[in-house]
Amino acid sequence: MIPQQFEYSAPKTLDEALGLLAEGAKPLAGGMSLIPMMKLRLANPDHLVDLGRIKDLSYVREQGSVIHIGATTTHHEVESSALLRGKCPLLAETASHIGDVQVRNMGTIGGSVAHADPAADYPAALQALEAKLVLKGSKSERTVSADKFFVDTFTTALEPGEIVREAIVPVDDAGTGTSYQKVLQPASGFAIVGVAVRVRKQGGKVSMARIGVTGLSNRAFRATAAEKALEGRAGTPAEIQAVAELVGQGVEANSDLHASAEYRLHLAHVYAAKALAVALGRIA
Amino acid sequence: MATPTITKTEKLVGKRIRRREDPRLITGTATYVDDIKMPGMLYAAILRSPHAAAKIRSIDVSKAKALKGVHAVFVGKDTENAGAVPCGASLPGLRIPHHHLLAIDRVYLVGHPVAVVVATDRYIARDGADLIEVDYEPTQAVADPEKALAPGAPAVHPQWPDNTAFTFHQEGGDVNKAFAEADVIVKQRIVSQRLIPNSMETRGVVADWRSAERSMTLYTSTQAPHLVRSLVAQILGIDDNRFRVVAPEVGGGFGAKIQTYAEEILMAYISMKLQKPVKWIESRRENFTCTIQGRGHVDFYEIAAKRDGTITGIKLKIIQDLGSYFTILTPAIPTLSVLMMPGLYRIPNISADIVGAFTNCTPTDAYRGAGRPEATHGVERMVDMMAAELKMDPAEIRFKNFVRNEEFPFPTATGLVYDSGDYSAPLKKAMEMGGYEKLRKEQDEARKQGKLMGIGLAAYGEICAFGPSPATPAGGWESATVKIEPSGKVTVLTGISPHGQGEETTFAQIAADELGVDIDDVLVAHGDTSLVPYGIGTFGSRSTAVGGTALYFALQELKAKAKKFGAMLLESEDVTLAGGQCVDNKTGKSVSFKEIAGAAYRAMKLPPNTEPGLVSTHFWEPPNFTFPFGAHLVVTEVDRDTGGVAIKRYIAVDDCGNILNPLIVDGQVHGGVAQGIGQALWEQAVYDDNGQLVTGEFMDYTMPRAHMMPWIESGHTVTPTPVNPLGVKGVGEAGTIGASPAVVNSVVDALSPLGVRHLDMPLTPEKLWKLIASNQAGRKA
Repeated sequence: MIPQQFEYSAPKTLDEALGLLAEGAKPLAGGMSLIPMMKLRLANPDHLVDLGRIKDLSYVREQGSVIHIGATTTHHEVESSALLRGKCPLLAETASHIGDVQVRNMGTIGGSVAHADPAADYPAALQALEAKLVLKGSKSERTVSADKFFVDTFTTALEPGEIVREAIVPVDDAGTGTSYQKVLQPASGFAIVGVAVRVRKQGGKVSMARIGVTGLSNRAFRATAAEKALEGRAGTPAEIQAVAELVGQGVEANSDLHASAEYRLHLAHVYAAKALAVALGRIA
Repeated sequence: MATPTITKTEKLVGKRIRRREDPRLITGTATYVDDIKMPGMLYAAILRSPHAAAKIRSIDVSKAKALKGVHAVFVGKDTENAGAVPCGASLPGLRIPHHHLLAIDRVYLVGHPVAVVVATDRYIARDGADLIEVDYEPTQAVADPEKALAPGAPAVHPQWPDNTAFTFHQEGGDVNKAFAEADVIVKQRIVSQRLIPNSMETRGVVADWRSAERSMTLYTSTQAPHLVRSLVAQILGIDDNRFRVVAPEVGGGFGAKIQTYAEEILMAYISMKLQKPVKWIESRRENFTCTIQGRGHVDFYEIAAKRDGTITGIKLKIIQDLGSYFTILTPAIPTLSVLMMPGLYRIPNISADIVGAFTNCTPTDAYRGAGRPEATHGVERMVDMMAAELKMDPAEIRFKNFVRNEEFPFPTATGLVYDSGDYSAPLKKAMEMGGYEKLRKEQDEARKQGKLMGIGLAAYGEICAFGPSPATPAGGWESATVKIEPSGKVTVLTGISPHGQGEETTFAQIAADELGVDIDDVLVAHGDTSLVPYGIGTFGSRSTAVGGTALYFALQELKAKAKKFGAMLLESEDVTLAGGQCVDNKTGKSVSFKEIAGAAYRAMKLPPNTEPGLVSTHFWEPPNFTFPFGAHLVVTEVDRDTGGVAIKRYIAVDDCGNILNPLIVDGQVHGGVAQGIGQALWEQAVYDDNGQLVTGEFMDYTMPRAHMMPWIESGHTVTPTPVNPLGVKGVGEAGTIGASPAVVNSVVDALSPLGVRHLDMPLTPEKLWKLIASNQAGRKA
């Protein structure tokens, strides 16, 4: 449980950090995944660049119809942000499900999404929110959608030398109902499956449905078949049940000690139905 | 609860006194092994096998030796003659593997130590270990005890191709007759899965050899410091009077620190070789595979009864997964299961067989309950199954078969003598607390609504206060010394080695009451072989029942002597010790303990036939074990959609004899129940077919956490034991023993409308969901 020797830098500016990353250093945010991997010597970076001391990388700011969340904003800050709780409650609710108090005090949104654990909580919400991620390198800055960002297990659209600078999520008004429902893997606290739902209604019918799913397969994804099936419906219990059973369509379910593929898929249906029912009920 | 204000005349035994050891634990000022630093101290890291079975073709340590800061590297050949890991158990025909401190030419479990790197700091030591190149030739492993016993299985040790370490048979009464004459026979295979003890502090050792004095000091995280001293001194050929073992603060053990481990011998050996103090601290990752594991039973039960519910016989075959080598008690643990197989019932005919199986896994040994949880789980499941078979209420069949109050002392068919009991009382109380009749009605209603509600009972008995010396491998007595210092303050030295059980508090209560002094004037010291007389240690719920009794008798002897000095000072023949004073019964005049102590040490004048000083040591040999008992009642609900189990109510009624400190007893029950629920619902050491521990870290091994625990409704009945004058039986393991059958019985009851009659632990949601889903599919079809 002792990492190999490594160099450590804690720059105060983002430019300085990006310069070091361009030279091949590895970024360290909250360290909730990287440090344990280093202790087990599964990750052995030569040079760590701690992003924690960089000014202006931890923030939650409203700008027009969107909210910007800086990369080193902790899960606790997201969970307790009055702005997010009021205007993007799905993200705050999702953050409250991550790990335990210690993890939420240390872990960051940028670190979590960049790590792209297929059972992490945030990606489900970011998919349902159709969030954008701003990726910054020493000489570049680009914005990608969450759907394009999460490529595969522990694999993202980040290029070497780039970091996630911020996440951009929409402001949701009271007409939008949201919910994140999760089955915990009891040892790790990660999601066996987690389902984030965001719905709007117009004239008694669902006019918009966004469903993000994590834990079920190699990456968090949007359950588009289920979304389409729900739109235009009233959202009766029978409809919810039918829609929920579409969330796993087209993906290969993971199987491990804690849940076989069959059980995991079943749980995805059960928790999608819960999330849909709660989200529909939360539409003001 | 606030600590009550104590006056000297007030009795402390029986009160909720806050633990006196807690301030240092809570403030982080306690000294654990890893807090110990010595001038010139070196650090050791151990390279361990990644394979469960492999030949070692070669080991190249040259790169490690060349690393700056590395002092030495040891491999198997270097320590070949330094001894083996000791096993204290003896059974007829037992095959004991000679487990070298470091592997020589083959490894037989993941985590098998292969080399030790000693360096100036722990980081260099670890880097050095990574630079060692071992050429392994992996061979076939076997990680499942039933597979290990099957013909053609890979041999864990080539000299014993049947993987059988021993077989053991015991019987009492006439079991064949009982089964021949039975109206009903129920059979079931029951698994008590392997568990990982996971104390909060891992193991650790600091060894400090002083060659000029030929003396060794070994700081080690152990439950039995004197045993470690005896064994390591003998193995390394050091005089035991020059061998000091210190158990500093020990952060939990649960039975996994009774053993003398390879690292304790290795570090002592290395300190002698290098003439430097050396430290090794076990990583959490190592702890999962290099510290013993618990349970690991596959049990085959048969139980016979008359139509009226009278249980007449039990047959049991235990396949014990021993792992690949033995630690101190490995093969003895399943024999405890045999002793306790009748539970609290008057079952006159028993037959038991044990087959000890080698597997390419970590050794099993004592883990909280050690053999008794397996036995209790088995008998309590079987009694429930028999009740279901006879369509009796599970409470009724228990009441019918309990040993009756007038039958104590009760000789069991397994050769024990149960000391005292009122076995119906805790079950009645638990049922009253739960409102059993009402719960059954609620259950009927819930079932009508399609809900899966279960009510589970378990009545447990345990064998504690280990124990009479002839029945233990290394003595079962305990020692205590009490000193009244010249100032009148009291020092208690005990041979037990508490590591969370709270005897610094309970023993101070006993001493304060007996001497009538303020509890703050009593210091309880332990865990240092150069400070306290030889002792046996803390395990098997023995500390208070055996160590506390030794203290009680030492106090009586000391009081007698103090009284002589008091009588001398008062110039009276008729005196009483009370309230921290010696009082002249005729005149009412008194002298304080301080004055008595002053007189005893100043010794200007001595009472007749009395030597100076006020010190008393007592070694106490218990005449019998004690047998605590109790009943747990658990209400559960199983989620049809997910298979998840919710514990709606948890009622624990324990009878541990007299209660010295209800706060500590509650804590012991709560912790024990947490570990029992852990086994019932979550915990399991899962090995794959290659002998790799799949649940080898906390990301996959589900330790119970506070937020996963139900509210525990605690109750007690009090049946003092006649075995010791304190009337105490022991409570450290009770919660664990009662919990797993109560939870499983509850969940089986919940699923009984689906035709479920047995479930093996852990009751994972997926396991239950599959049953529910297949039942629903069956009904639809």
